[in-house]
Parts: sequence; C-alpha cells; structure tokens
Amino acid sequence: MLRYIGKRLLQLIPVLLGMTFVVFMIIRAIPGNPAQVILGQLATKEAIEALEIKLGLDQPWYTQYFDYLIGLFQGDLGESMRTVQPVANEIWPYLAATFELALFAVIIAVIIGVNAGIISAWFQNSWFDYLAMVIALIGVSMPIFWLGLMEQWLFGIELQWLPTSGREEVRNPVSAITNLYVLDTILQGRFDQLGQVLKHLVLPGIALATIPMAIIARMTRSSMLEVMRSDFIRTARAKGQKMFWVVYKHALKNAIIPVLTVIGLQMGLLLGGAILTETIFSWPGIGRYIYDAIQYRDYPVIQSGILVVAFMFVMINLFVDILYGLVDPRIKYD
Amino acid sequence: MTQMVPNSTNEIMAKKDTSTGPWRDAWRSFSKNKVALVGAGIVLFFILLAIFGPFLAPQGINEQAIKDHRLLPPSSQFWFGTDDLGRDIFSRVIHGARISLGVGFFSVVGSVVVGSILGIVAGYYGKWIDTIISRIFDIMLAFPSILLAIAVVSVLGPSLRNALIAIAIINIPNFGRLIRSKVLSIKEEEYITSAKAIGMKDLRILFSHILPNSLAPVIVAGTLAIASAIIEAAALGFLGLGAQAPAPEWGKMLADARVVLRNAPWTMVFPGIAIMLTVLGFNLMGDGLRDALDPRMKN
Repeated sequence: MLRYIGKRLLQLIPVLLGMTFVVFMIIRAIPGNPAQVILGQLATKEAIEALEIKLGLDQPWYTQYFDYLIGLFQGDLGESMRTVQPVANEIWPYLAATFELALFAVIIAVIIGVNAGIISAWFQNSWFDYLAMVIALIGVSMPIFWLGLMEQWLFGIELQWLPTSGREEVRNPVSAITNLYVLDTILQGRFDQLGQVLKHLVLPGIALATIPMAIIARMTRSSMLEVMRSDFIRTARAKGQKMFWVVYKHALKNAIIPVLTVIGLQMGLLLGGAILTETIFSWPGIGRYIYDAIQYRDYPVIQSGILVVAFMFVMINLFVDILYGLVDPRIKYD
Repeated sequence: MTQMVPNSTNEIMAKKDTSTGPWRDAWRSFSKNKVALVGAGIVLFFILLAIFGPFLAPQGINEQAIKDHRLLPPSSQFWFGTDDLGRDIFSRVIHGARISLGVGFFSVVGSVVVGSILGIVAGYYGKWIDTIISRIFDIMLAFPSILLAIAVVSVLGPSLRNALIAIAIINIPNFGRLIRSKVLSIKEEEYITSAKAIGMKDLRILFSHILPNSLAPVIVAGTLAIASAIIEAAALGFLGLGAQAPAPEWGKMLADARVVLRNAPWTMVFPGIAIMLTVLGFNLMGDGLRDALDPRMKN
C-alpha cells in the first residue's frame, strides 16, 4: 500500500509540473503585448514597462518559468494587482468557503443519491424507481447556473424562505477562526449564527449537489441491481435476515466501489461547478475569487486561483484512489 | 439486366431483413430503444430549429421596444414574454438554437479531428511520441474542464469564437485517449499484420483499416460530448466569457435575466429550458447509441 502511494506521488510530479507550466503560460500566451492588454488601451508607456518588469516579462521565458517555480516552492502565489496583497495570504478564506460549500454539497449528494439509488434498485420498476430515474436523467442534463437562478427566484424572492446570497448574515457577521463558518460558530457556541450559516448553505449547496446526486443515484442503482442478483444475497434472505439489513449491510458494501469511483470523479465537476454556483449566490469562495479576477483582468489571481483548484482536484483524485484499497481489500496495488 | 431489379417491395423488405452488418444491427437495436428515440427526436427538433428558426421567429433578435413592451410577461403576442430591452424572448430562444448547436457541433468536430490525429500518432508510433502526447493529455485532464476553458478564454479574450476554441481544446484529451486505446488494440489484430506483410504503407493502414474501426466509439463519445459542450458554452456565456451582447446565446440570456430576476422571472425560465432540453436530447441519444454501437460499454 505504502509503495503504491509512493508510486502515485512520483507519477504526480510531471503532471504537477505540467500544470504549473500551463498556468504560467496564461499571461505569456496573451496575443500582443500582455502588459498592454492587462492595463488597457489608456495605459502610459511607463506603466506598461513597469508592469513588464514586475511580471518579469522582460526576461527570457525559461528564466521566467524557473523563477515562477522557485516562487511557488516558497509559497509565493504572486500578488493581486487589484488589492496589492499577496495571493497566498488572500486565498485562504476563499478556499475555506469553497471547501465548506463543496463538502456540504457532497454530503447532500451522497446521502440522497445513494439512498435513492438503493431504494430504486430494491423496488425495481416501482413508481419510485421510475420517478427517481426520470429526475436523475433530468438532473444530469441540468445547467446548474439555471437551477441556481430558479432556486433564488422561488425560495429567495417568491417564498422568502432562504437567503440567496453570501454565507452569513451581514448584520451579524461570524468572527472567523478556521473560516469554515459551521465549525467556527460551533467552536464559539454561537448557535444563533450556526442556524444562519446553515440556511445560507442550503440553496447553493443543493444547486451544486444536483448533478453529482443524479449521477450517484444512477450508478448506485445499477451497481446494486448487479449485486442483488448474487448468491450470497439469496443466502442471506434464505436464512431469514430482514430485507433492510440484506440491502444496507450485505449488498451496499459490495456495490459501493463503482459508486466511490463516481463520487471521486464528481469532486472535479464540483470544483468546476463551484465557479458558477458561487457567482450566482455571491458565495465568497475560490470560484467567485477567480470570476472577480477575470472581470478586473487580475492575471496573477486568475493564475494562482486556477492552479490551486487544479491542485486540489489532483489531490482529491489521489485520495479517492487510495481510499478504494481501504474499503475493498480485494483491490491489490502493485 | 432485369434480374437485378427487385420485383416488388416485398422483395426489398425481405432483403433488408436478412442482411446483417454492424451498422444495420446497431440501427435495429437503436430503433427499438424508445428512450433513445425520444432523445433523437429532441435533437432533430432543435436541429430543425437551428436551420429554419430564423424564418419561423415572429420577430428579429434585436427589435427593441423599451418604451412599449419592456419586461412583458408571456402573452399571446409574446409567447415567452419580453426582456429588459423589450425584445421578444421567444424569437431570441429560437435564434439561440443555431448558436448553441453550432458551438456544440463544431467544437466537438474540432476536438475529434485534433484528438484523432494525436491519438493515432501516439498509438501507432508509440515510444517517446506516445509518452509525450499521453503526458500532455494527463496534464490537461488534471484541470476541471470548465476551469481549463476559463483559462483559455482569459488568454484569448471573451468571445463566442474563443469559447468554441476553448471548449474544443478541453475535449481533445478525451478523444485522443479513446482513439489511442482503439489504435493500440487494432494494431495487434492479424489483418493489420498481414496488411503490413503485403507492404501496405502506414498511412493507408491508418485510413483504410484503423480509422473506420474506431468510428463507433467516437460517434458515441462525440454525441455525449456535444451535450457537455452546449452546457459549457452556456456557462461561459453566463460568466460573460462567451457570446457577447446582443447575440441571443442562451447562457448570455440567463446572465441578462439575472439582473431582472425579481420582476421578470420568465426571462430566466425559457432559455434555461432550451438548454436543458437540448442537453437532455443529446444525452439520451448518446446513451442509446452507446448501447447500440458498443454493447461492451453498457453499464
């Protein structure tokens, strides 16, 4: 197992280097003079030259890339052109906000998706099965930014049940410790704020969870259907075990591997989807951070934001791969 | 001469039924799959809309009437209501079909062409070329796709054309890998060895044997890729990185609708339904094609 992890980490090195190169190229590949494009048409010659020196654009590209890599190893993610702050300092609260939203969405998607899939398989061809699978089919094709807008309109504007923007009550702000507000409010014993924070999570969380939920439900159903036909399930039923335990204990344990794969794959979709969801719900996460940076042509932030999200994506995939071995001892790594 | 011509329609029918072949089998299996046919029907509807839409739309896409009918709810005159500039949303949604289907289709064609070339080169020649191309694919797949598209657009500048290019680029590794694995498996077949033995040139082997045999999985993956390309194009449009005003692109229309959401929810409903239906159609059709063309890929 340890050898496998080591091997995977080694394989990761060229991918990570390649990712840094792609991100490095974002500024350099801008057609024409990048400094001119970033500053706009009205920029003075001096300002353009100053920016070129600051971004190192006056150096040959390999020197630039080498400097960029060394900076990254020292934790230097560049400096935001808009706020003139180091991106490495700024980015943490945004990352935490995205992490909290993504985690909430995964929890919703897994709980509802897996259970819907199980019940669909258990009562195959029942009305629940048909309904769940039609919803799942639509869910897979749902543009989440549209779903987000409809949620905002229905639950925020028409019914006024839930807040539609931000992650806390503006007049009653959470004092951040970890920047994971659910955790922070519990640590501080501010349960009034915890309720507010959870309410803010609901709409963006559901929007973000929809596609993974649909895919997880479909995968769980087909995987469960396969397992339910096995001999050991028949044995378990024959010895008189309650159907509930047969399904949730014996069958689920054996059906969960392909579902885990799908959950792992969905994490990437989730991180990508976070950009759209966060834009709609003004959620101050990394996606929103990148979106704002694009509006202001704040290239260092665009670069580092994309790099950080891609890094998280790669790490999550590695983590999921390793997790398989723990869940299913039948998987052998060499 | 006359013997060659079938005597009656019955004879033609009989002939049709007995003939076999992978494509005919696939069609028979596809046409029995009701869900897939619904998907194909939806796709066909939107393709017709994209072709004839501009003749059907009751109004132009940019006929503004801010004074007279700004933000009118759906009515018999304006079926889907009007937007904040007094434009008929029904007409704009119809015109939008051409943009979305165009971006979906052409971006996928682009990724298929480039991906196929890279995949064939990597799979057929192997060695260091394969290593380099495969590593590049790995790196591209290490990014969440919409993020890579945003990166490409932030370099090229926001426009519909650049969004199309970005979406084409992010899908290249998917097709590249698919073709590469196909080439690797076909390369080992005996008929390729015999083709080599009789002195057939590499290029001819590629085009007359390997490419036709890789067609089925590419058609399946391509259909499903059009679905995700349409969503990605709409997402880029929604973020202001794709189609620009006044183009009636569905994602851009949703972005405009966001501003007037409180007063005019209908501006948001119909472009969204259009996106969802189109994507649903391609997904259903793609699933059906997969079952028909490549039974091994079935879940």
